[in-house]
Amino acid sequence: MTSAAPPAGPSKPYGEPVPGEPLISFKDIRLGFEEGDVLRGISFDVWPGETKILLGEGGSGKTLLMKLAAGLMRPDAGTVTVMGQNIGEMPEKDLLNFRRHIGFVFQEGALFDSMTVAENVSFRLDEEKVDESETDTRVREALRFVEMEPSLEKYPGELSGGMRRRVSIARALVDHPPLIFYDSPTAGLDPVTCQTIITLILRGRDAQGVTSLLATQRVQDAFGLAHFRFDEATGQIVRDKENGAQTPKFPPVENAGNGANGAGNGAIPPTNVLVLRDGKIYFEGPADELLRSSDEYLKKFLASAE
Amino acid sequence: MPEEKETFEPVASAIVEGIKRQVLVVQDYAKLSFQSLANLFSPPHYWTDTLEQMDIIGVGSLPIIVLTGFFIGGVLVLQTASQFERFGETALTGDAVALALVRELGPAITALLVAGRNASGIASELGSMVVTEQVDAMRALGTDPIRKLMTPRVVATVLMLPLLTAVSDFVGLVGGFLVAYFTLRLGPVQFWTRAIHALDFGDLVQGLLKPFVFAFIISTVACFMGLRVKGGTQGVGRATTSAVVVSSVILLVTDTFITRILLWAFHK
Repeated sequence: MTSAAPPAGPSKPYGEPVPGEPLISFKDIRLGFEEGDVLRGISFDVWPGETKILLGEGGSGKTLLMKLAAGLMRPDAGTVTVMGQNIGEMPEKDLLNFRRHIGFVFQEGALFDSMTVAENVSFRLDEEKVDESETDTRVREALRFVEMEPSLEKYPGELSGGMRRRVSIARALVDHPPLIFYDSPTAGLDPVTCQTIITLILRGRDAQGVTSLLATQRVQDAFGLAHFRFDEATGQIVRDKENGAQTPKFPPVENAGNGANGAGNGAIPPTNVLVLRDGKIYFEGPADELLRSSDEYLKKFLASAE
Repeated sequence: MPEEKETFEPVASAIVEGIKRQVLVVQDYAKLSFQSLANLFSPPHYWTDTLEQMDIIGVGSLPIIVLTGFFIGGVLVLQTASQFERFGETALTGDAVALALVRELGPAITALLVAGRNASGIASELGSMVVTEQVDAMRALGTDPIRKLMTPRVVATVLMLPLLTAVSDFVGLVGGFLVAYFTLRLGPVQFWTRAIHALDFGDLVQGLLKPFVFAFIISTVACFMGLRVKGGTQGVGRATTSAVVVSSVILLVTDTFITRILLWAFHK
């Protein structure tokens, strides 16, 4: 237990999407290291309720984009706006408060290995001094959601890679944040476990209405999220036949053409793909458009899914 | 001449760049150390983590401190007695052991042992957390890793090292007495009276002030090395070695200056 104070100021100053504006907006983002520039002028938006899938080869900057949006890194140039806040210029103290309203699933789970599964999941609640019985209820609920409740008292070292990823998702979801970042959640996992992870992300998206940014090298993840949905009535994952021609949910029609999403006229399906190549956006659009593409580079990605 | 200029310029700029990098490292260290202390004056405070670290650093180091302290006291008697015997002044052994232990050997050797045991532990633990993204995960969960990880370790080391030094001094004197008793046939009253009377207020201040400074150096250097790890497990290994080497060297250099200042302050 700690004597951590609850976040100062209004309960959720950063947790509310600004009406008519994207939840995340990247504007001409540039970032480089000693070896050279990794991101060379990236601009795109993520709208409330949208799942944006960042596809790209290793080292293409997918993780960097998510770390920039979470304020874990700062861009060399350009602006990152999340929930109306300019993240790149926010002092670290405010960023800590801001991050209490987002979820981040790291590539290898990044669970605290000296803590049990339950302690990992309750970490944020403990920091916010949430009542012990409520913490217990919410931790069990989150672990039940990822089907990991029996492993409550285990340590991360005793879990498999897939189980660690599931606990990490529970840790990110426990506070019901409106926005979640998934950094290669299926990397290095067997196909069955990958499917389980994608199912959990679908449930988070469709049952809890979470907006998410997901980085992956697997094009199958993009199609899984675009073509299936979680049916709350039956509790099953069902094929979404209308995907690609869904009724537009966002952005509001008057703002539709403003973003760099390229879809225009408000007809944006809830799952969109963004392919990164050489530090720039190579493709942006719905998964089905990617599927129909005749571009050689994109075909290479599609071939990997077959 | 132009050829010489061409060779000289890249070398000069490389040297300047190297110096700049080192200055930046010192600046980062100073900022981090200041931040770790500034965190004490604002909530949240992680007292449970601090107590846990006090147990690891203080109680955990106790056996090694007691063992080494005892034998250092003993060996000190053996070395000084052989000199005092030449002048027939073995009674002065108590004075010599007390002064050497309390003023210098107790604080310095205890600090070096804690640096070896705990600076390596802190640097490798924090370094592993960095490479497995646990530190980033902590930040992503809205918790300041300096406040949660560094401040408790700094506070725990600063509180524990003076106590460990006091224990080491006492056990060293006991070790010295036993060796003096069995080898020089010095009586307990003779040894302890001389040992206690040899020490004045200035010696105690010197002996107990140094551990605070040493503890701050050990813990901040270890945390700094751990939190700036790059390059996976190899980087963790490098940070662990650097933490022990750098903190040991800095504390020994600092020791010389503190000793000079305190000797001047107490007119010795």
